[in-house]
Amino acid sequence: MANNPYIPTTVEIISIRPESEVDYTYRLAIDLDVDNGQFVEVSIPKVGECPISVSDFGEGYIDLTIRHVGKVTNQIAHLEVGDKLGIRGPYGNGFPIEEYRGKDLVIAAGGTGLAPVKSIINYFYRNSKEVNSLTLLLGFKNPANILFADEIAKWERADHINVILTVDEGDEDWTGNVGLVTDIVDRVDFDNVANRSVVIVGPPIMMKFTSLEFMKHDIKEEQIWVSFERKMSCGIGKCGHCKMDDTYICVEGPVFNYTKAKNLVD
Amino acid sequence: MSYRVKRSEFDDILSKLQEDYKIYAPTRKKDKGTFSDTDLVLYDRVSSLEEIDFNSKTKYSPKEVVFPITQTLFYFNGNEYIEAEDKGEKVLVFLRPCEVNAFKRLDKIFLENGPQEDIYYKRLREKVKFVVVECTEGFDSCFCVSMGTNRTDDYSVFIRVSDEEIFCEVKDDELAEVFVDKESTDYSPEFIQENKQQVEVPALEDITTDLFDSEIWKEYSKRCIGCGRCNTVCPTCSCWTMQDISYQDNENIGERRRVWAGCHIDGYTEMAGGHDFRTTYGDRMRFKTLHKIYDFRKRFDIDMCVGCGRCEDVCPQYISFVGAIKKLNQAIKEGKNNG
Repeated sequence: MANNPYIPTTVEIISIRPESEVDYTYRLAIDLDVDNGQFVEVSIPKVGECPISVSDFGEGYIDLTIRHVGKVTNQIAHLEVGDKLGIRGPYGNGFPIEEYRGKDLVIAAGGTGLAPVKSIINYFYRNSKEVNSLTLLLGFKNPANILFADEIAKWERADHINVILTVDEGDEDWTGNVGLVTDIVDRVDFDNVANRSVVIVGPPIMMKFTSLEFMKHDIKEEQIWVSFERKMSCGIGKCGHCKMDDTYICVEGPVFNYTKAKNLVD
Repeated sequence: MSYRVKRSEFDDILSKLQEDYKIYAPTRKKDKGTFSDTDLVLYDRVSSLEEIDFNSKTKYSPKEVVFPITQTLFYFNGNEYIEAEDKGEKVLVFLRPCEVNAFKRLDKIFLENGPQEDIYYKRLREKVKFVVVECTEGFDSCFCVSMGTNRTDDYSVFIRVSDEEIFCEVKDDELAEVFVDKESTDYSPEFIQENKQQVEVPALEDITTDLFDSEIWKEYSKRCIGCGRCNTVCPTCSCWTMQDISYQDNENIGERRRVWAGCHIDGYTEMAGGHDFRTTYGDRMRFKTLHKIYDFRKRFDIDMCVGCGRCEDVCPQYISFVGAIKKLNQAIKEGKNNG
């Protein structure tokens, strides 16, 4: 049977890079036509399969940033460069980058929520003239959980990117912001509100309250995009696990405009 | 064409059909019920009229014919994937009109939803033909008339079973040759016109997100025990989960299957790391209820529920789905009165 959507492609791990105490980025040798924000189903034969968002991609590779917290991901922790993984996808829709061109773009990410938006940030890092400005609000649980520290430092050095980093709990060495992402929203320059686009990705409660915080600053619902994380078993609208109302997150999501997202109740 | 067949002749027909088809029908398994001295009625392969129980509702639906409880998708051999074979057998199912309509609901999910057809479902589904058994009385918990699923035109043969004979309307040319020497008659199918249970399904526009927080769902947090029986017996529940297994004899070899899953069962929405949605049973009851009579219709223009009443038949907590719809109607009415 040709074109079986459930059979993975076997791909090799090119590199493994620790990002935090618990997160690792696996670079896989595969050419995939990925949109920023899409996900793939990753599998290990005889162990299982799980959905992981693509944190970056380029010619001949995709990056998956994986926290070792589940059955499949705990097994991935035992893999080394040169080992193989199964990949299906990419699935779902991505962020509408064309909507963000020429705008003052704000990207608010909480924890591993930074992974699915990292490729957009890097796109506008490389193509700085395509946005009017780029503000990043990045929140992590603690300094040890900060993802992509080198990349964040790279973004901080860029003239057109304003990075505001915060942690829920600091430690002895931490001299930066302490508090939730919602606490740093008011540090965004809200001049010319109409020209803003806002991307918010993180835990459900973070996305909800961060969206509300932006709306207090006269950002309209249609200017906000979020991305949902759900247990997607098939990725192609059949298995039912990710459904909310009549919406299949794996097919119509994971990226939604807030006008749609606000009506999706678990 | 319609034919009149003596009961004594019907086994010959089944025998001839079996040359090309596996035949499934409701059967009664003596003393195999949940409780002592009770029987279990379920779909199984049959080869004679005597084996078919025309007078009882099966506990499980015929959906297993196209959506098996566990289904191997492919095998692993190291990092090589070998697609599971299709046995290619044609199937005839003796079933009732509501159940034919249930297959249409499964078709929506497996064939129409998402970017691709489900090839495993499709290859089973393409080989299934229906023999619809006339159902003009129904059972105590049925409400197919309310759901508009009491009728169907989608059948190869439609039969009425009486004490002496079986009337058959045959629409399928491929099956017609088996009946050709039988006495012709003017039999035409009848459908049930009224159930004991009736319910009005709320209009789409009457269901708003504020009803998601309604008090009516809280009752189910106390009553439902999350056993998932309602999911497993439902002819339209189509959810499943991937499951990998390896063989003890050779750990390099294994298979990936899909297995039935259900929205009432713990772990259905739980993600790695323990993040979970709809943790209360009331929320799960709300999710299922609205899926069956609201959001499926928003997406596909038909309600998912076909009114077979099996969920009510098997619930150990005596939760009635019709009762839930009635409570929802009441909540809508009260909300409007308040507004």
